[in-house]
Amino acid sequence: MRDRKLRVMVAKPGLDGHDRGARIIARAFRDAGFEVVYTGLHQTPDSIVKAAIQEDVDMIGLSSLAGAHMYLFPEVVKLLKENGADDIVVVGGGIIPDDDIPKLKAQGIVEIFTPGSKLDDMVGWVKANVKTRTD
Amino acid sequence: MSLTYSRKIMDDIRKEREKWERTLKEVFSITPQRLERFSTVSDQEIKPLYTPEDLQNHDFQRDMGFPGEYPFTRGVQPSMYRGRLWTMRMFAGLGTAKDTNQRFHVLVNAGQTGLSTAFDMPTLMGYDTESPRSKGECGKCGVAIDTIVDMEDLFDGLPVDGITTSMTINPPAPVIWGMYIAMAEKRGIDRRKIGGTIQNDMLKEFIAQKTFMCPPIPSLRLITDTVEFGTHEVPRWNTISISGYHIREAGSTAVQELAFTLADGIAYSQAAIERGLKVDDFAPRFSFFFNSHLDFFEEIAKFRAARRLWAKIMKERFKAEDPRSWWLRFHTQTAGCSLTAQQPYNNIVRTALQALAAVLGGTQSLHTNSLDEVLGLPTEEAATIALRTQQIIAEESGVANTIDPLGGAFFVEALSDRMEEEALAIIRKIDEMGGMLSAIEKNYPQREIADAAYRYQRQIDESIKTVVGVNKYATEERLPVEILEIDEALEKIQIEKTLRIKMERDNGKTGECLERLGEACVSGKNVMNPIIDAVKAYATLQEVCDVFRGAFGEYKDPGIY
Amino acid sequence: MSSAVEKVIAGDVRTVARLIRDIDDKIPGVRDVLKALYAHTGKAYVIGITGAPGVGKSTLVDQMVNHYRHQGKSVGVLAVDPTSPFTGGAILGDRIRMQRHSLDDGVFIRSLATRGHFGGLSQSTRSAIDVLDAMGKDYIIVETVGVGQDEVDVVKSAQTTVIVVIPGMGDDIQAIKAGILEVGDLFVINKADREGADKTFNELRQMIDMGHEKYEDGKWKPPILKAEAVFDRGVTELLETIERHRDYLLKASQGNKLRKNKERIREDLVEMIKSRLIQEVLDHMSENDRLNKAVDAVMDGEIDPYTACDELLLSTLRALQKDL
Repeated sequence: MRDRKLRVMVAKPGLDGHDRGARIIARAFRDAGFEVVYTGLHQTPDSIVKAAIQEDVDMIGLSSLAGAHMYLFPEVVKLLKENGADDIVVVGGGIIPDDDIPKLKAQGIVEIFTPGSKLDDMVGWVKANVKTRTD
Repeated sequence: MSLTYSRKIMDDIRKEREKWERTLKEVFSITPQRLERFSTVSDQEIKPLYTPEDLQNHDFQRDMGFPGEYPFTRGVQPSMYRGRLWTMRMFAGLGTAKDTNQRFHVLVNAGQTGLSTAFDMPTLMGYDTESPRSKGECGKCGVAIDTIVDMEDLFDGLPVDGITTSMTINPPAPVIWGMYIAMAEKRGIDRRKIGGTIQNDMLKEFIAQKTFMCPPIPSLRLITDTVEFGTHEVPRWNTISISGYHIREAGSTAVQELAFTLADGIAYSQAAIERGLKVDDFAPRFSFFFNSHLDFFEEIAKFRAARRLWAKIMKERFKAEDPRSWWLRFHTQTAGCSLTAQQPYNNIVRTALQALAAVLGGTQSLHTNSLDEVLGLPTEEAATIALRTQQIIAEESGVANTIDPLGGAFFVEALSDRMEEEALAIIRKIDEMGGMLSAIEKNYPQREIADAAYRYQRQIDESIKTVVGVNKYATEERLPVEILEIDEALEKIQIEKTLRIKMERDNGKTGECLERLGEACVSGKNVMNPIIDAVKAYATLQEVCDVFRGAFGEYKDPGIY
Repeated sequence: MSSAVEKVIAGDVRTVARLIRDIDDKIPGVRDVLKALYAHTGKAYVIGITGAPGVGKSTLVDQMVNHYRHQGKSVGVLAVDPTSPFTGGAILGDRIRMQRHSLDDGVFIRSLATRGHFGGLSQSTRSAIDVLDAMGKDYIIVETVGVGQDEVDVVKSAQTTVIVVIPGMGDDIQAIKAGILEVGDLFVINKADREGADKTFNELRQMIDMGHEKYEDGKWKPPILKAEAVFDRGVTELLETIERHRDYLLKASQGNKLRKNKERIREDLVEMIKSRLIQEVLDHMSENDRLNKAVDAVMDGEIDPYTACDELLLSTLRALQKDL
């Protein structure tokens, strides 16, 4: 079997426009050899999920810095499930209070990266934990 | 008069410097220097020592002069902090208007002299809380404003004719300002008496902060409407706060922050002049807003260079004659992006140093970040420590005793000169592109910032730049910090409040007002009075903004990475 | 018929998305699905959009999609972005300008990376077009940055190829002349409100008059349109011109299906053979490390590259003969 190329989506849900982190991580993923679909700003959970399915990505990385992560992140996971695409790994990043992390993980967000995370560590995490599908 | 010395003295200095350099080389041949290359946080290379040789072309009168005198390198007022300290203006906003009102009362009682309002994301984007796009965002990073009733609740019991109010609002700035004016008028206060600032700087939104509504050209038209209206009717109001803060937060260098901000200022001035306003009628009401980042001297040099460069631009380029038009008055906020979630108490120290740089750079007002801002909304305790930081600088440290205390330092003067020169080169480039609007359309500033941000992140990752507690001196434990949580029930309460207002209002009248606003959008008539009429008739923020979206179209993120 | 084939025909988005991934990743089993799907292709009309970076292709495509949707037509979009030759990664950002259609079930948007494989881009894109065609899309728009032979080949699989330029591109127009001018069925000067639009128009006109030999009988002379895609200006005219070109092709093909005329089939087949051959040979060589060994041998001076090539190729072809 040939190796599949890892495809990931970097998405900014909600109205928050702070995209410095999202853009930097998109570049880092590209430099790690991934194909990165970037959705741009101001996306709804629904539009992210539809795009992720059409793009057949292995992972969605969500970025939020304005405090709406407790609604937006789980909503993406929920909609993936409703669309039969819950094999797509969802991770999050941004300004996420420590207390929220276990709550988000319980709702299906696999990993949370908080400020100060190293790019190489995030790339390493993706390589170790996100598998391209094998079927 | 030159700052430097006679040729003979300069020759001696050169000889001594060369001798010292030889000694230095010997020293380093035994124990090598700490780093291969020393550079600022913006990656400008810095020499080990600065001497009069670095100021060969420096002229005291021309380049430094005296505070309150052109080109204002040393400060815009002659007295600076000897007369009055800077305004300690702490940004606040959370939950509903009533919650923020309480926080305002606390701050005013604690001795704060100006209010500064943070709005939540739906408000910043011109959506009501009930919009499906607002779901989960109500009150999360500021206060939710849907109608004039929220504005009345926000300032309830506060003397709006006695305090100045700064409102960080951009695409819907004309509407929020309209609500504020309407609120004051309903209390019987003349619009000519109220004072404050609206950020109202859309160019930096396209460049950096990405809060969008309409495309650049109509956005500039709405801003020019506010400038025109303010000039004639609300003379104590700062109609634009031309902001570098967000440009820096998006990852620019210090020089880029300076250059893009002043280039934005040029674009606004140009637009106002094309509207038929006289430069000396509007320019004194422009204010600026900068970031104070980690690199102490680079920031101080940036502030000094900014004042000098803007004074030259206003005098030479726009032929302004009123000295107040030459003034670059600015608000500073310490760098949110420099705070770390790791070992968060270190943030108090970072903020103190950044605040000190802003004061030594001659800021007119200052917001100091709370240590927990990287974790969530600041708690009252953290916000108080941040305010105390300013009070310690102001009243204990003694730095406010002397005006521009670093003026004349070889390093600071040389760095100020260099910042000005490099910023000017970028401004010229933007001029060649046909001005900031075209540069934005070509994604020039967006791309430059994206590149700088990525470079900086890589330098941190590779430990070329140190972040204490993150890539050096890191510890495993995470100190527990109390986080302010916003009740999810607020959203429902706010939606119900607005729905009730919509049910009780005279819908026919609201509709008529909105229609007149739509006509003004198309005809080119100033939109401010129609906005004030509409919000007095209880039109919601989104209803007004939808008129703009309908008339001018919506701007979408071009997604430059 | 496999369930994947049925699902594609029924328009199942997940299956289509995954199948395109399989094509892109060159999963061998995908060929059986494509074979079965072939009978269901040939109905869609394929439009190629190409032009230098920054001319506004994605915005134009976004507006075209919008217009087709208002006409009640379904649309598939394949947006190709370059793979970084240094890292093998890519940021696929064309979608950003089309995201408003993501909730519309009548639109399927897929970003593809060039991946820099030897002529493989056009093959995988052609297969992806087949999949979207079988899925029932009325129009399929393929957007590429018009550089490199690979991308020119992609554009060739379209029935109507639109080349997008902007005013004041001087040198870039020269580049078009050298590369893809001859594949353009029509030209769009986007951002036509900018200075120099008329000059660009005249330059293009001249170049087309001089060099265009694609349709020797002179029946179709590539029109040049002006547009401002951001403001949705000129898009209606573009769509009408595409329809005129379609009518012209239909007449010229005397009733044959456009995607299945003799010339097209020949070109597609040759393309398929080329890409398959290169793929199989390279796969085989790298699978048992023979390519690397040969490289080392040349490096160490044990053998010259010409002999190494002969040996590698002959033994590979022999081995493949057994496999295939």
